[in-house]
Amino acid sequence: MRNHNEHLETLTEIRSMMERSSRFISLSGLSGVAAGIIALLGAAMVYVYLGLRPFSNYRIFYTEVLDKGKWGIGYEAFFLMDAFLVLVLALAAGIYFTSRKAKQKGQKVWDKSALRMLSNLSIPLVVGGIFCLVLYREGQILLVAPATLVFYGLALVNGSKYTLNDIRYLGLFEIGLGIIGLFFPGYGLELWAIGFGLLHIIYGLVMYRKYE
Amino acid sequence: MKHLLEKLETTKLDNRIRLGIMSMLMVNDWVDFGGFKEMLGLTDGNLASHMKVLEGEGYVEMRKAFVGRKPQTSYTATVLGRKAFTDHLAALEELLKSGT
Repeated sequence: MRNHNEHLETLTEIRSMMERSSRFISLSGLSGVAAGIIALLGAAMVYVYLGLRPFSNYRIFYTEVLDKGKWGIGYEAFFLMDAFLVLVLALAAGIYFTSRKAKQKGQKVWDKSALRMLSNLSIPLVVGGIFCLVLYREGQILLVAPATLVFYGLALVNGSKYTLNDIRYLGLFEIGLGIIGLFFPGYGLELWAIGFGLLHIIYGLVMYRKYE
Repeated sequence: MKHLLEKLETTKLDNRIRLGIMSMLMVNDWVDFGGFKEMLGLTDGNLASHMKVLEGEGYVEMRKAFVGRKPQTSYTATVLGRKAFTDHLAALEELLKSGT
């Protein structure tokens, strides 16, 4: 008769096979930490540019500075450049740490499960991006930061079905912060820094300790 | 106890590789040949022979399609196959519970 341990091993193996073939599990916690730090730096740049401190201003925050051009860069150009840099650097860090983790574990990074997660992640993200561009065009600049949080959260909740389940809760937190932001528009950047900065760092550390 | 063991050993799922194939099919609608090879680390011949066994039992169904110009063979689990898999798991779990 085969022993207890062997059956247990078979069951564990089956479970891992089901997980690995349906979910993208190479996502590294460190990529969250890196993205969070980059987002905080990006937010800090905005405060420096505006010459403001977090939690010090309300609605005047954005409108007051509309016609200022510090460092020879206009308000809009500066914001776009800052956001673009944060996005590119955070993505690069995410790709780097995730590929590194997959390589360490001897797994392929860009397999079917990765594609499935990315495509599910990108639907709410692309819709959100378009929505924010329209908000911006309509002059609803105060709503852009909270809207990015809401759509990013929705994207995480949607993508979480195809990756580590913890991502779902991160998504719910981001949505919550975004909704708070919609009702307190003057705090958009503060909430944005908490959502994209602090939450990513905390989540990244938790996931790193849990899985790596 | 004895009938449980018999149940396990008479099904064609009493094999790590075939069980692995079925676990992948439980969570994916269709998996192509290359997907199995990669996940399970098998050669073409080895995988094909296990697939033949599963097909013979009526546990999986095959579909051939063209992706671009390349022919691609994919498999899906049948209702019978899903039932065999869950029964097998249940039997394993029962064995674990009773046989400490």
